[in-house]
Amino acid sequence: MADVLERLGYQVDFPEDQTCCGQPAFNSGYRAEARTVARHFLKVFEKPEYIVVPSGSCTSMITHHFAEIFHKEPGTLEQVHALEKRVFEFATFLTQVAGVEDVGARMEGVVTFHDGCHGLRELGIRNAPRRLLANVRGLELREMLPAEECCGFGGTFSVKFAELSGAMARTKIEAIQKTGAQTVVSLDPSCLMQIQGALSRAGSSIRTMHLAEVLASR
Amino acid sequence: MSVEFDQKIHSTLADANLQLAIYTATGRLKEKRIEAVAPDVLPDYQELRTQANALKKHAIENLDYYLEEFERNVVAHGGKVVYCKDATEVADFVLGLAKEKDARLIVKSKSMTTEEVDLNERLEHHGLESVETDLGEYILQLAHEKPYHIVAPALHKTRYDVAEIFEKRLNVPNEVVIEKQTAIARAVLREKFLEADIGISGANFLVADSGAVVIIENEGNARLTTTAPKVHIAVAGIEKVIPRAQDVATFLKLLARSATGQLLSVYSSFLSGPRRPGEIDGPEEFYVVLVDNGRTKLLPDKGKRQSLYCIRCGACLNTCPVYRKIGGHSFPWVYSGPIGAIITPQFMGVTHEPALPFASSLCGACGEVCPVKIDIPKVLLDLRSDVKKTEAREKQNRLERLAYKVFAWVMTHPRIYEFAGRLAASVAPSGDGGWIRSVPAPMNVPPVRAWLSERDLPPPPSKSFREMWRRR
Repeated sequence: MADVLERLGYQVDFPEDQTCCGQPAFNSGYRAEARTVARHFLKVFEKPEYIVVPSGSCTSMITHHFAEIFHKEPGTLEQVHALEKRVFEFATFLTQVAGVEDVGARMEGVVTFHDGCHGLRELGIRNAPRRLLANVRGLELREMLPAEECCGFGGTFSVKFAELSGAMARTKIEAIQKTGAQTVVSLDPSCLMQIQGALSRAGSSIRTMHLAEVLASR
Repeated sequence: MSVEFDQKIHSTLADANLQLAIYTATGRLKEKRIEAVAPDVLPDYQELRTQANALKKHAIENLDYYLEEFERNVVAHGGKVVYCKDATEVADFVLGLAKEKDARLIVKSKSMTTEEVDLNERLEHHGLESVETDLGEYILQLAHEKPYHIVAPALHKTRYDVAEIFEKRLNVPNEVVIEKQTAIARAVLREKFLEADIGISGANFLVADSGAVVIIENEGNARLTTTAPKVHIAVAGIEKVIPRAQDVATFLKLLARSATGQLLSVYSSFLSGPRRPGEIDGPEEFYVVLVDNGRTKLLPDKGKRQSLYCIRCGACLNTCPVYRKIGGHSFPWVYSGPIGAIITPQFMGVTHEPALPFASSLCGACGEVCPVKIDIPKVLLDLRSDVKKTEAREKQNRLERLAYKVFAWVMTHPRIYEFAGRLAASVAPSGDGGWIRSVPAPMNVPPVRAWLSERDLPPPPSKSFREMWRRR
């Protein structure tokens, strides 16, 4: 991701104090712990002009749910609203802020795209990654049906309801296998871990890649 | 998680025939809904959702006002309104009336509210015969099962299952042709309609300004239930009230499309009061039983009371990747799927099945298809927080609570976070170029074991991102 952004002329910094947005605690019902982690995030990312996130799910936690967990703290809420405007999911940043759909990438092969649920339904990201992929030389995008059905990860859901989560993952990889693609691309590392974990267990040679990895290929 | 919940999920996932039946049936309903609300078919779909949401919000926020208006208008038409706070009160009212009328046979059309209060079982316990007349409900009553789905109660039954049920319970030859099965049920049920002393229906909407009970159906059985017997009792949750007759139009455009993909259901009945002088049909007595059964508990909560907006279309079930795997009977109460996961803990209390709000990947597909725009994922998150607060109060689940305290501490101490990452990478097996299928005993803690029961784990990176970043 840093490579792609630098090629576009952005100066990229990686604040080393960063850790997590707090979503695991928030989604598990531990709001106080989520607030603690979110406060750390607010502090670390107070300064930068843009914050580009390689995950639709983390982006949505910051831009949609931070406001909710701090709704009783007007001071923090002000900080949250100031932050929200500067936080972008990676594909959205490229198409909306940088105004780029062709980053000059090249990757041979057939890929299919998996819509991460939070990126798709909370952030409304559908076309941006597809347009970016369409401009990668040598790449053919084949849609799976349905692309927008959950892979079954769901954070701690994946271990609390492991058997169910695994069954959902298998339905997902069946859809992937039907496309004949060699690579599955997504915006979320967690979906990719779930999908790759299930593909690997099924003995499939299909590999997963983050959109940033594809766009960094030359 | 209760053992029962866990086992039902497991047994449903393990049944290949059932998996296929659920996935096929919900898939069909899901596709038909998508076609029926497509922009070229219903261009103002999103506006209708917004409007329906606003109407429900207004009705729920002014529930007392509209219920009183509804009651006044029912009474003005010669009907009676009865308020019941729970299942016992509903059963007591119906039993009392049945005794007064010397009733023996009751016919019923589809009503989730009566399922909620186990009305059939309670009536049968007192020697009354209560017959379901919706085909799906009738099949399930014969099979002694609860509805599998809000709209398509026998969704999990194939025609071969139905053939066996009819053969066993009705003493008819094994018949697998659907039309002939329908004819068998029709012959039995027609007699029941003609003999019944009381008809009990549900209600899709209660219209305050006209005192009308609106019932939407496809089979015509609700029409017979509400008009053939001398007494009609409509049983409805108090949240079914809407302000004006004209509002029904908004909901009618959304309900059938969301439920079955039909543009309109076959029968839309507006029932207001008993038969009037000069009318040739209709019941002699008309009662509306308004049921609370936990609903008023939701009213003080601004965030979660939107759960009461539900019009029971079932669209969230058909689109839910969890429901499509675990089916309806895995859920701990009569309401299944995403809507069941949010109303069960609120009607029955979060301790009824504390794991229920967690049985979701939070994919948000339910909220996206909800015709009245209930933010189901948000309510699930609120309920998760409620469960954790209850556990803290009751001093349960201490280990998990400690784990999240540690999580928050590590995530606010970047050096520790980095060290923990390195430590995990140094002790994890290398994976030999592939992903990891098993880990040594000390690492095989429950979450890792649960993950590895279904999937492989990524191998540790040779260098952490931070190390790579520093060397750039």
